[in-house]
Amino acid sequence: MSTTNIILCGVGGQGTVLASKLTAAASMAKGLEVRSAETIGMAQRGGSVMSYLRIGQTPTPLIRKGCVDLIIGFEPAETVRMLPYLKKGGTVITADRALMPVTAALVGSDYQGEQMTSFLGSLEGDAIGKLVIVDTDAALKDLGSPKVMNMVLLGAAARGGFLGEVTIDDIRQALVKKVKPQFHELNFKALEYARV
Amino acid sequence: MQREFLMGNEAIGKAAVAAGVNVVAGYPGTPSTEVLETIAKENDGSIYVEWSVNEKCALEVAAGASYSGARTLVTMKQVGLNVASDPLMSLEYVGIKGGMIVLVADDPGPISSQTEQDTRTFAQYSKVPCFDPSDAKEAYEMVFEAFELSEKYNTPVFLRPTTRVCHSYQSIDVREYREYEDHRPEGFVKDSKRWVIFPKLSFANHAKIEERNAALSDEFSSAPRNVLTEGSCRKGIVSQGISYANVIDIIDEAKMEGKQIPSLLKISTPFPFPDKLASVFLREVDEVLVIEELDPYIEKQLLEVCGKYGINVRIDGKLTGDVARSGENLPDLVYQYVYDFMEWETKTHVSLETPELPVRPPVLCAGCPHRASFYAVKLAMKGRETIFAGDIGCYTLGNAMPLDMVDTCLCMGAGLGISQGVGRVKPDTKCFAFVGDSTFFASAIPGVVNAVYNQADMTLIVLDNSTTAMTGHQPHPGTGKTMMGEFTDKIDIENILRGIGVETVIRQDPFKLDEAVANVKKVADEPGVKAVIFEAPCAVLFKPETPYDVDNNKCVDCRKCIREIGCPGVIIKDGRVAIDETLCNGCGLCSQICPVDAIGKAGRE
Repeated sequence: MSTTNIILCGVGGQGTVLASKLTAAASMAKGLEVRSAETIGMAQRGGSVMSYLRIGQTPTPLIRKGCVDLIIGFEPAETVRMLPYLKKGGTVITADRALMPVTAALVGSDYQGEQMTSFLGSLEGDAIGKLVIVDTDAALKDLGSPKVMNMVLLGAAARGGFLGEVTIDDIRQALVKKVKPQFHELNFKALEYARV
Repeated sequence: MQREFLMGNEAIGKAAVAAGVNVVAGYPGTPSTEVLETIAKENDGSIYVEWSVNEKCALEVAAGASYSGARTLVTMKQVGLNVASDPLMSLEYVGIKGGMIVLVADDPGPISSQTEQDTRTFAQYSKVPCFDPSDAKEAYEMVFEAFELSEKYNTPVFLRPTTRVCHSYQSIDVREYREYEDHRPEGFVKDSKRWVIFPKLSFANHAKIEERNAALSDEFSSAPRNVLTEGSCRKGIVSQGISYANVIDIIDEAKMEGKQIPSLLKISTPFPFPDKLASVFLREVDEVLVIEELDPYIEKQLLEVCGKYGINVRIDGKLTGDVARSGENLPDLVYQYVYDFMEWETKTHVSLETPELPVRPPVLCAGCPHRASFYAVKLAMKGRETIFAGDIGCYTLGNAMPLDMVDTCLCMGAGLGISQGVGRVKPDTKCFAFVGDSTFFASAIPGVVNAVYNQADMTLIVLDNSTTAMTGHQPHPGTGKTMMGEFTDKIDIENILRGIGVETVIRQDPFKLDEAVANVKKVADEPGVKAVIFEAPCAVLFKPETPYDVDNNKCVDCRKCIREIGCPGVIIKDGRVAIDETLCNGCGLCSQICPVDAIGKAGRE
């Protein structure tokens, strides 16, 4: 009966959709119901994007504030933007590299990722039960591809046991079905990359 | 049956294929686009699928096919229905033969549209029956029901999902290939008494349509799609679509907490409205809250039912100010509406004080040729009195700072007329209309004819990126590809313009900045109607070239590159101008405006 409520967020083009689809496929393979909803259209052009994902029986893919178990953020400010949705004591897994919007560069704003990650850090143990911050630049260097950041974050969520009944093995099996064989090894490595 | 994880639009497309649809036509528009794309992808060759040049053409192609007995589907977004409304209003009077679904996706919010118009209201106006699904599963099932209803009553039928239904995914059971229906149309049978609309026919058919819709109202009153759930108190909530799903989520939770539950009525067939079912519901309650998106459509229907049946019930909703008149019914809002109405105590959610967050509006992509085109026109017209009439597409984003090159945007193709109108009031204004290639074919051509015929003085800028970029890169008449996978002759925009009588037409690469500026200056100063076609492919469709970078020894930190063009690839890193190599696609526009030559291809000497 209980559902696992997840929000994936980032900036258009970062790969939030694939991560959400993979989790859904893994859930369905276990016979679980899944619903999701995402931003499509104009906002995709460099705007803030988010996907809701609900595993379990629910009538709607949309989630109220304060009801999300897990936020997976691809960009630190976008992660912070979604915090009102987090259940008290919920989990946050986020990449740390900031993407500066054109508007910020224009007004000479000095938006930096650290400001966001340190804010998230200050909430750990209270509003945020468990916080995982992934060093984006290090991950890109170690893994050699910017395309697998979504698997790094999703892997952290699965291995930490934050996807409800869905395990890292379920994700791995879903990945084999969805991703071309030549990319399996890289993606498997990415799933195991983050320290949880 | 097999279980699949499908987007609402994919579910609708798959259902149409499984129902044996023969002809599908549409025009791309968020949130409707994926329906037709799904059908093209699933097509085993037996279905005719086309992106039509606009929604009016799509509806007319489908009408002809339906007259011939084919099962047809037309797809569009809500503003597309305005374009298709001329044939549709008359088609309802003439009627059809093969089942016909008009899929119109509404967009509460609006999230990516010009208006918050409501296709349920249009259904009532045009007298066309309407289905309103609340999730992907229901949308899938409704396709089969809509085809049957359409054929039973010889009428087109609306299926109107909203954005949250179109773009939400759900694990649902769908038919397997061997369960697909096979529908063989017999072809057009001549019968001018049936297919030629004349006042006499319209008079006779109008009466029949009203009679039929009264009967349909009764039929829908016992349709299982409209769900009446009895509650444990004398209050009731009526809802539809995703709003209903959000209400149920909240009511289920309240039930578990042991609260007194209101009666619920879900309206899935808004037109013809199921009056009898509504009257049964209204008699069981003393006070009703209507939670719906867009127009207070159900609310007004209920007020009518109360008057008609003499029922004395208070009805709260948009008309009483209890529900917002515009925007989406997101779950937090629905929670507030339900709790206030039921006089339940709300659980307060403490919101956190977050640091100031960057605003992140959508922008033209790094390397987008539209940026270069806008910038060239901006430089060419510096200091002149101008109007830059924009249009619908990615290039509407040219209005953002620092480009600030879109003064107006109304609807598809409107920029041409608007720039002419501005010029009629103040003839010394340099009038420009910007239009994309797909929009040019869809609805800008009559505007050019109008300008030439009426001797307007204006410059048409065609932003030709060889695709319909905003909605996800659909082919159009200028691309030489069809949705059946065939290659055809490209229809050439320059030839069209010359055929209409535009004598000066220049094709220009927007990334050759100096040349582009000089040509725009020259063309704009000629009298009459003239055109510049900026040609460069959409940046999303091609592999990036070598990225550029900034030579910190040369850069004087004037930030002209940032102030002038607003490319997301040009950023400030550690206090200095830098280029994000993951975003840069190597277009080189920034290097052409750098006054000290500090920007160049990465790895240069």
